[in-house]
Amino acid sequence: MGALAGERRITYDARGLAEPTADVPKISEIDGTGARFDAKDLSTRQINLELRWLLYEQGITDVTVLNPGAKHSLGVGILTRCRITFDGSLGYFGCGLIDGPEIRINGRVGWSACENMMSGVVVIHSNAGSLTAAAIRGGDVIVKGRVGARTGIDQKGGTVIVLGDAGSMTGFMMQRGRQILCGNVGPGLGDSMYDGTIYVAGKVKSLGIDCVPGEWNESDTELIERKFSVYELGTPPEFQKFVCGKKLYNYDNLEPSERKLVL
Amino acid sequence: MCGIAGIIYRENGAEHDVGLDMTRMLQSMKHRGPDSTGYALYGEPRDLVLMRFKLADANTPRDFDFHDRLRRHRALVEQRLSRLGAQVEEIKEETDYAFRVALRYDGELKELADLVEDVPDCEVLSLGHSLEIVKDLGDAETVASQYGLAKIRGTHAIGHVRMATESDVDISGAHPYWAYPFPDVAVVHNGQLTNYFHWKRRLERSGHRFQSECDSEIIAVYIAEKLAGGSTLEEAMNESLDDLDGVFTYICVTEDALGVAKDEMAAKPLVLYESDGLVALASEEIAIRALIDHEIETYDPYEREVLVWGR
Repeated sequence: MGALAGERRITYDARGLAEPTADVPKISEIDGTGARFDAKDLSTRQINLELRWLLYEQGITDVTVLNPGAKHSLGVGILTRCRITFDGSLGYFGCGLIDGPEIRINGRVGWSACENMMSGVVVIHSNAGSLTAAAIRGGDVIVKGRVGARTGIDQKGGTVIVLGDAGSMTGFMMQRGRQILCGNVGPGLGDSMYDGTIYVAGKVKSLGIDCVPGEWNESDTELIERKFSVYELGTPPEFQKFVCGKKLYNYDNLEPSERKLVL
Repeated sequence: MCGIAGIIYRENGAEHDVGLDMTRMLQSMKHRGPDSTGYALYGEPRDLVLMRFKLADANTPRDFDFHDRLRRHRALVEQRLSRLGAQVEEIKEETDYAFRVALRYDGELKELADLVEDVPDCEVLSLGHSLEIVKDLGDAETVASQYGLAKIRGTHAIGHVRMATESDVDISGAHPYWAYPFPDVAVVHNGQLTNYFHWKRRLERSGHRFQSECDSEIIAVYIAEKLAGGSTLEEAMNESLDDLDGVFTYICVTEDALGVAKDEMAAKPLVLYESDGLVALASEEIAIRALIDHEIETYDPYEREVLVWGR
């Protein structure tokens, strides 16, 4: 069959690491607009091909993937509104480059989950690795466990909610969007951030360069209450707000030599 | 990139298939480094001294004199062992160039290692009463079948798949590193050290030897130096967080403990799984899932964390 949306044919693999040829397994049990399949004996490409086949060609809107087995790069590049449930843990780069889906992961995710997400919702029921929600532009990422380092690095929009602790350099170089962190946070929070808002309920080990406490207002309370009620997270704890001090970067046309003087 | 893995069993002594388990873990991380694979496997401690050494590298050119030279050098090693009063119980040729020796020897192990390594092209890969280091080019299954690792049983093990960035693709550059001259201490490392030459010069001045150009060897020798100064493994690893510069996650093992340390930026991954029966850790969860086929609770340690488990 022809390449599915977003698939490109790989024609060779010198080191034996990729899968040059893979066909859609077509093993799902389909029931109306819902479907489920067991990923235990499937390779990464086969799982992704099966997902695409169901969502793009069979008109399915609700897929359950059983036994994902912490494999890498599952559920990437899904550009349609749908509901996907992974009944287990994912490896690295899970659910990256997505636009639209509502994904539930009944387990843990490795590094770089939801990277470059454009819109949609991802709910992770356990812990997440480092670089979670890196460079997301929209959508919500909810982690019910703890996250590693550099959560929301280069975040350009959307909301990240973490119920557990977060590691070092959380919100590093964040440019827009919101982070709601309910646990304790490691050193260098919001280091070199350009804009955006970080809410922290626990202790902050240290603030990063140019991250400063912000002034609380009505819209902050409204946002947090709305997100907690939408995702049924209970009563929100009390948060501190952190924003960019706007001292580190200069948005004018100074020459590099002049910029040095300002800093 | 590189991938590291470790496993320590808390029950049933040395009755575990460490060779097989570590091969499964490392093979599932082949994509992190297909250049070379290495193992440090720990069996039940015994009276005999186990030594693994090599007389050439896997990619040494096979010139006309190659096999004769190996024979001569092997004879030289055996001659030197007997000169020191070490009684060779068994010597096994694992490949053309790699050997495993079981010795009856009561003397100083550093002296033994120095004398053996003085033989041209010889490198002692490991020395101790329970540690055996096996490393070679290729993926985990290639190395495991070449050295018959499936039948090795023991208590704990670490392993490494290498994507060479700082030095050549050869056995000398492969991990794990034995912490010369300390018996039964080995290290695997994922990352890069930026103050390599600083520490290399300093450690060489205090009498340590370096077999490779690989930055990771520093960690093994550094830990050895600290242990010699009377530090515990945990203290030595905590001090390394300030002394070593660069990005790293490394695992260090001794006869009865396994420790892991992460740098202050948490730049390199590590996933941890603890249960009553075992502790397994690896660069990726998929390696742990190669051993455990049901869903498990795992987490990533944070920056500057040092964790040590005893057996």
